Amino acid sequence: MLELLTRNPRIVALTALAAVALALLPLVASGYVVSLFIVLYANVALATAWAFFSGSTRYISLATAAFFGVGIYALAILHVHVPIPLALLGAAVVGFLVALVVGLSTLRLRGVYFVVFTFGLTELVHQVLNWWEIKVNRTVTRYIFADVSNVSIYETLLAVTLVTIVGSWYVSRTRLGFALRAIGEDETVARHTGVNTTLAKVVCFAISASVMALVGAVLALRYPYIDASIAFNNTWSFQVLISALLGGPGRAWGPAVGAIPLVLLSEYLAGTFPHHFSIALGLCFVVIVYFLPGGIAPLIERHYRSWAAGRALVTWPPLVAPPVASWLKAGLARLNALWRI
Amino acid sequence: MILFEVFLGGLLLGGTYGLIALGLNLQYGVARILNLSYGEFFMGGAFAAFFTVFLWKLNPLLSLFISVPIAFAMNWLIYQYLMMPLIRRAPDQDALDADVVLVTFGLFFVVQGLALVNWSGELRGYSFLSTGVPVFGATVAANRLLAFLGACFLGLALFLVLRYTRFGGALRAITIDPVAASLVGVDVRKFSALAFAAGGALAAASGMLVSTFISFTAAIGVEYTLKALIVVIMAGVGRVTGTLAAGLVLGVVESVGGYLLDPALTIAINFGLFMLVLLWRPTGLFTRA
Repeated sequence: MLELLTRNPRIVALTALAAVALALLPLVASGYVVSLFIVLYANVALATAWAFFSGSTRYISLATAAFFGVGIYALAILHVHVPIPLALLGAAVVGFLVALVVGLSTLRLRGVYFVVFTFGLTELVHQVLNWWEIKVNRTVTRYIFADVSNVSIYETLLAVTLVTIVGSWYVSRTRLGFALRAIGEDETVARHTGVNTTLAKVVCFAISASVMALVGAVLALRYPYIDASIAFNNTWSFQVLISALLGGPGRAWGPAVGAIPLVLLSEYLAGTFPHHFSIALGLCFVVIVYFLPGGIAPLIERHYRSWAAGRALVTWPPLVAPPVASWLKAGLARLNALWRI
Repeated sequence: MILFEVFLGGLLLGGTYGLIALGLNLQYGVARILNLSYGEFFMGGAFAAFFTVFLWKLNPLLSLFISVPIAFAMNWLIYQYLMMPLIRRAPDQDALDADVVLVTFGLFFVVQGLALVNWSGELRGYSFLSTGVPVFGATVAANRLLAFLGACFLGLALFLVLRYTRFGGALRAITIDPVAASLVGVDVRKFSALAFAAGGALAAASGMLVSTFISFTAAIGVEYTLKALIVVIMAGVGRVTGTLAAGLVLGVVESVGGYLLDPALTIAINFGLFMLVLLWRPTGLFTRA
């Protein structure tokens, strides 16, 4: 770890600077901005956790909402009995254990079957929990009695998000990260070259799920009450997946890049025009597959490099304009290629 | 006796499940495109029937003359213009599946969003043939019976076409191995496009038949996509006769299970059964291992 850090001093310095700046933000920002950032961090952390497993292994999971909801319920049940930090930790552990069981039984399913299974899993957990609450507890809602300020939630989520991004970046540079990418390239080959694919998959699936559960638990502190349809809302699964793919699941910072525009868009549209947001999400899916297979991150990286090497157009603001211009050009070229039938 | 009525209800329900899944199995089995926007065409068929009754005061069956050709044409276009580029660039089926899942999820969001914007999220429904018909001493609703008979008819017709025509032979060849099929002179692209379009047309037809006895909203598509997918995976991809049988199994298990345990658990029973099949026999119940 240390060696990795000293080898990339500029990245480390920039990350530390950004972390400090963001941590101090609530001192100057309004309550609305703090709330917006809370939602943003939640999305970034979820998308990074999703990409940590699904991006490298290419097991496309739609179970984000399931683990997120498990975290919410774990907190709602635990926070009455233990202090809140312990309840948060408990939520992460519960998420880890649930994912361990799910992973052991399902990660031999490949491709579409895994997608459909994870989608069904969310629905199954949702329905069973709902039934349990009605049948056994005779109520569909649980109240959250935590008295936690928005600023503490902000700082907690910021820490979770940073740890997730840095952790995901660190793991991608270890043997485990390499094993995950090998599984994504060709699982049979990976197994034959000596990768313990089951162990790598299950452990990383569970780690990613524990982050999702933790994010759910922290967000639950803001809600006055919860029920199964709040906790297990499928929109989370889809928005997280799209954030990660839009940003670029191949880089640790990619999902964060993708989450920002989607959170802003949903903030702008979801309240007043929820259906238009779903249309925009759908178009995002289509655009990614046809025009941005690797996401935005590789584009930014490529243009940053060419700008750093002094080859970019000087007349455009660097970093932003050249990617847009060349993206349009590449998109047009691809469009022409696609429809030549 | 009550159990028999529940069983019969499950059988009728299962027939419609089979009907809904038939088209998806054509699309995934023959054309190898897992269309997750499938349920949107089901929703389209249901809304076409609703508008036929509500605006023009006509028999909902007449809506089939509009909705089926439109769904056929739209699915043909989707295959030719949206799926073909993906098929061409994909190195293998897994990569294709990943792309297709994303694009068709996108289509599903777009179509559902447009439908919700234009037709609002209100619950729709109309009454058609809602009288009781005695069957073996039990009473069943005529519209459910109609949907069941429609399922049997379409399933049988599809089976006969696949079994006894040259066109069906070509489709079966593509199902087994597209490369080998093209080697013996089957125009794989043309026939896959037709199978995909026919699958979409079946979705619209089943939407019309089912809309006679359910109330629905513009957001109903995804629920039926999932149900169809469950049935297809239970049956085995590319198994037409298996589809109806798997639909019947699912319908009966759901009804009887819901009756014995708790009606609120039917969706959970659905998914539970589906997961069991996935884990125990991922290639489907009606395939030779």
